[in-house]
Amino acid sequence: MSDLPALAIDRVSKNFGGLRVARDVSLALPVGARHALIGPNGAGKTTLVHMVSGLLQPSGGTITLGGIDVTEMAPERRVGLGLARTFQISSLFPHLTVVENVGLAFEARHGLDRRLWGRTCNHAEIVDGAAALLQRLALLDLAGRRVADLPYGQRRLVEIALVLALEPKTVLLDEPAAGLAVAERGALLDLLLRMPASLTILVIEHDMSLVFRLAQRITVLVEGQILTEGTVAEIRADPRVRDIYLGSRHHG
Amino acid sequence: MLGVAATIVALLVDGVAYGMILFLMSVGLTITLGVMRIANLAHCGFAMIGGYIAFALVSSDHIGLFTALPVAVAGTMLLGALLERSVYRWVYTTGQLGQILMTLGLVFIFAASANVLFGSDLHAVGLPGWLSENWNWGAISISAYRAFIIVVSVVLATICWAILEFTDFGARLRAAVDNPRMARCIGIDVPRVFSITFAVGCGLAAAAGVLGTQIMPLEPWYALEYLVPLLMVVSVGGLGSLKGSFYAALVLGIIDTFGRYYIPAAGAFVIYLAVVALLLWRPQGVFARVST
Amino acid sequence: MSERADPKAVEIARSGFARHGLSLLDLLPFLCALLVYVFGGRYLALSIQVMVQIIFALSLDLALGYGGIDSLGHVAFFGMGAYAAGLFAMHVSSQPLLGLCVAALAGALTGLITGPLVLRTRGLTLVMLTLAVATMIQQLANAAGMKPITGGADGLFGFEIAPLFGVFSFDLYDHTAYWYALGAFAFVFIICKVVVNSPFGLTIRGIRENPVRMRMLGVNVTHRLVTLYCISGALAGIAGGVQAQVTKLVGLDSLAFLLSGNALVMLILGGTGSLYGAIIGATIFVVLSDRAAAIDPFNWLFAIGAVLILAVRFAPQGVVGLITDAWQRQRGRRRL
Repeated sequence: MSDLPALAIDRVSKNFGGLRVARDVSLALPVGARHALIGPNGAGKTTLVHMVSGLLQPSGGTITLGGIDVTEMAPERRVGLGLARTFQISSLFPHLTVVENVGLAFEARHGLDRRLWGRTCNHAEIVDGAAALLQRLALLDLAGRRVADLPYGQRRLVEIALVLALEPKTVLLDEPAAGLAVAERGALLDLLLRMPASLTILVIEHDMSLVFRLAQRITVLVEGQILTEGTVAEIRADPRVRDIYLGSRHHG
Repeated sequence: MLGVAATIVALLVDGVAYGMILFLMSVGLTITLGVMRIANLAHCGFAMIGGYIAFALVSSDHIGLFTALPVAVAGTMLLGALLERSVYRWVYTTGQLGQILMTLGLVFIFAASANVLFGSDLHAVGLPGWLSENWNWGAISISAYRAFIIVVSVVLATICWAILEFTDFGARLRAAVDNPRMARCIGIDVPRVFSITFAVGCGLAAAAGVLGTQIMPLEPWYALEYLVPLLMVVSVGGLGSLKGSFYAALVLGIIDTFGRYYIPAAGAFVIYLAVVALLLWRPQGVFARVST
Repeated sequence: MSERADPKAVEIARSGFARHGLSLLDLLPFLCALLVYVFGGRYLALSIQVMVQIIFALSLDLALGYGGIDSLGHVAFFGMGAYAAGLFAMHVSSQPLLGLCVAALAGALTGLITGPLVLRTRGLTLVMLTLAVATMIQQLANAAGMKPITGGADGLFGFEIAPLFGVFSFDLYDHTAYWYALGAFAFVFIICKVVVNSPFGLTIRGIRENPVRMRMLGVNVTHRLVTLYCISGALAGIAGGVQAQVTKLVGLDSLAFLLSGNALVMLILGGTGSLYGAIIGATIFVVLSDRAAAIDPFNWLFAIGAVLILAVRFAPQGVVGLITDAWQRQRGRRRL
């Protein structure tokens, strides 16, 4: 594994007119990191993820993926470099079926998205891959159901499947447990714990029990600035973090 | 030299007058687009309706332009309000395609009705004598009618701007344009603001339709005829930006007039090229406020 | 991460993909066309019109129904194809099939040139740009400077179309024209099926559903949309080309907005995003408008307007939507 961090955010800031949403945020994730980003609502966590994934341009600072400067790069190309993300509200293809959703990710992964000949359902890379993945995630019996017809919790899982289908190197998860019932959160945590060691994960979460069991390091973001960063033990012990965040809310 | 100057002055006046008519029409469209994001292809139709009402009244020989104008405006506002409460409500949630199709249907109905009532010939509202004159200074000749249009438009534009800037309603409208969801959250009755704005927009379009018939004559397909120039003004100006569409209308009116005069072989082509180039340069609108 | 799935899983997965495969249902339009030829000799000219409009509606369905490109300017492709076919017959060669290829090429090129400009935008700006481009092309064709090429308001006429395959001549009896149009229809229909069933077809549907997610899968959305636009443009160009060759006439009305508007009505009548909707909608529309226009053109316009408004409110999925809804209620499975 190379020395270069999988993801490095260097003094990134973002202004909307006069409003400073992010200020001098720096973060470095080595390959295989399990890193959590926590903080109160409105702290700028999702904005940061938007900037890393390319949907928003930072006003200052740089972002690198595996040593490559992607600050000006379009989102599609960042995905090509191994980046994938989920959204706070699951971003899927609502009128397509589950297998079509996952199939699209396989298509994109194998460069088949522009192929004009042959039927989609006859392409082994797409169908076999989707079948295997759905089976592994116990979603196979949902294969023919439209995403719009699924309950919320299952949609969250489909989005995770989508992300896994891309075989990414770095994954950004934006509140993956939000809206899930307790049992579903357990299944999600299980899934995240079983991810390959070479995969780098940055997760935004409010669910502290999930954060403490998954993360190795935690960054605390408050009003667009980093309050502190450290190991799980350090963050748990930090009184400032408790005051600002943990004291008032335990579960998201 | 003086001849060229005279021509240029005349073209400028023509271009600005045309632009001002487009601007008046665009006010309603750009604000309703900014607030509710409704793709309303039928907006020019209200200008046409206002124009035809005035035409019918003035042609009946007992009513002058300045009496017909408020009647036409009021009538169109009423129709606009009724349509907004009925068919437009149907498409607030259907997404863009539904709005396009419904308003296209309205355009067809407007065209069919106009043809039945007035036939397919071009019509213009008769002007009182003093408006039909030209004012001459030496070689320079300015049409009183066009000057009148410019003055009225600027006055109306100033009134609109004043309402937006200084009244309570204006503040609420601006908030709704800036961020409809947030406006709702802080207690602004966005649907009601929209209904009022829609009706007023129709009224302004009607005024433009009545005043502009000498430059933009009435015919059944009026709504489609001027839809593209109007949409271009609104796009180049930036959706929801009153100032934006003012400048855009001015610029586009002048480019179009000069283009048609100096390059007759290419005719109306020039303006489209200009708009495409402008939108390629700044897709969110050349004169729009910088937004996120 | 890649493990082999067992065959049963693969089967379940495969069945989850929407399939628009060729079935007996697809033979139905062609069967009807055959019956019309045999029994309805008087209606050949009308049927040719229907087929031309079906091809045009299919091309718009690809772009709008599948790709979500709200195009109000599709007549631009139709007109470019018509003028290309006419000019080709006048100045280069009167071979019909060659002319049709040129027409398709003209449509595709128009898509290639305007696509990257137009498809970078979204929402109302996109709609406006499609309209502006089509209007611009129409103005261009009508411009004084272009009159020697396009014939201006008079249009192109008096060109000859050579016999098809050197044998079947395009005469006043429309027999050759009928089979020619039918062949073009079959070809376009097959192309549409191929595109829609392909991985590209799934990509396009994904773009329509959620372009942001597509970008986050690594897909260059604008490139795919331009490709679709070119294909759609080529097919619309074929419609225009057939029209030009069969009527031996090309006028400014082949660039008029009315054709774009009519195609939209056809799609909402029949239903978007299913191909069959385009066929049904075009058939209903052309037949009705032929009857109605003969009686009273402007009240027909009134009727179309009313249909549009009411359809958007009460039957937005068109005839195909009504049929599938009823069919699903029958089967007891409500999948809405």
